Amino acid sequence: MQYFDNYLQSKGGYDYTNAKRNELMKAQGFKEMPFTKTGTTIVGVLFDGGVVMAADTRATAGSIVADKNCEKLHTLAPNIWAAGAGTAADLHHQCAHFNAKLKLQRLNLNRQSRVNEVITKLTSKLFPYRGQIGVALIIGGVDCNGPQLASVSPHGNYVYHPFQSMGSGSLAALGILEAKFQDGLTKQQAIDLAIEAIEAGIFHDMGSGSNVDVVAITKEGVDYRRNIRQYNAKSHQKQIPYPFPINNTPALRKYEFNFEKQELTEVGQEMEIIE
Amino acid sequence: MSGIFEYNGGSIVGMKGKNCIAMACDRRFGQQMSTITTNYQKVFKIQDNILLALSGLNTDIHTFYALMEKEINLYNLKENRKMKPTTFANLVASALYERRFGPFFVTPIVAGLENGKPILATYDSIGCKSDLDDFQVGGTGGNYIYGACEAFFKPDMSPEELEEVIGQSLVSGCDRDALSGWGGVVYVLTEQKLTVKILKTKQT
Repeated sequence: MQYFDNYLQSKGGYDYTNAKRNELMKAQGFKEMPFTKTGTTIVGVLFDGGVVMAADTRATAGSIVADKNCEKLHTLAPNIWAAGAGTAADLHHQCAHFNAKLKLQRLNLNRQSRVNEVITKLTSKLFPYRGQIGVALIIGGVDCNGPQLASVSPHGNYVYHPFQSMGSGSLAALGILEAKFQDGLTKQQAIDLAIEAIEAGIFHDMGSGSNVDVVAITKEGVDYRRNIRQYNAKSHQKQIPYPFPINNTPALRKYEFNFEKQELTEVGQEMEIIE
Repeated sequence: MSGIFEYNGGSIVGMKGKNCIAMACDRRFGQQMSTITTNYQKVFKIQDNILLALSGLNTDIHTFYALMEKEINLYNLKENRKMKPTTFANLVASALYERRFGPFFVTPIVAGLENGKPILATYDSIGCKSDLDDFQVGGTGGNYIYGACEAFFKPDMSPEELEEVIGQSLVSGCDRDALSGWGGVVYVLTEQKLTVKILKTKQT
């Protein structure tokens, strides 16, 4: 039994032990809590010499804003970034997984990662799960084949196009992109266009909001601007604070546990990695 | 039949202060509208400098806590050192995501102190980690506590101030939620001390 547990643990992948119990509960009529979704507006714009991607920063759980300033632009490789819409947990963990997978491959092959590699790997992973892994990504990067921009849907479909938008605010953003996109934009023009498109999503879509993040990838490198625009900053500070007197809340009992200060240090030598 | 997360009820909240963190939870354990007990533990000490608060379905709270306890014990034995709070926060996210298609019905909050720096993270039930805010809530009364926190919280509070603020936020929030309450417990963690205070609340 022990051996079997260890074997399953080392195999990796998903653990379905609770699936049957959860199905029974659903059949009895219980409703699940909504997962944190990134309602989202994300856009990608190809320009002369690179690609720009932008995203809003709101994460929702049902109709509550779960995170006012989450990060939706993920690194997959030093030259490839992904903007994600869909189920937040899936996005975060899948992007982290692919980041690690690509890094391992780079260390083995000693070559830069390519955008079409990422697309193939992603779609091969997503298709067998029939859309249950809720990731809708815009992948953009500059590699040996030049700047490329593609979008991947949760079912495993991919599209290459000079401008993309995804998420609940995609239609609002698409309006701006369809009207104002041209071939041969400069980097600054592309950034401005992307920000305008996200703005449209933020103001017209309830699932998108807060701030705008932008990343511009060129052959020279990556320019990441976190919160380049903020529309919802707290405009007033509390004038009268609520100072609670110390030890005012009535207590039945109080316990104190003292312990030694924890010194958390790295043990051993750091591994040398030549990339 | 309401949601799975409303079956047992309960609320938790975590806050960051200046070189300290605080966690608070209510004490109710119920079955829909009945109350079974009023002393159920929802905040667990994983390590001297890490606290884990869990809300949701109580059976999954218990199972998930046992799983995390096992993981940290194995880590201590294998690596022969203490686990860092940021590592534990990532461990919780991975453990939840591993069960993506058969999740635990819990919403955890992890709080810890890493060389004096406060760490606070919350997750949805499938492991989406959110660690950018200075306070996090969970449970059926969570949305009400959000309101109280937004009003009472200010950054960089001392441990004594933090204890008051988190206690008042918890109690205000739980008073508006039928499925939470029946007492409160406040944990304040500094670099050398853990203070546990059992609050006196309205007994309903």
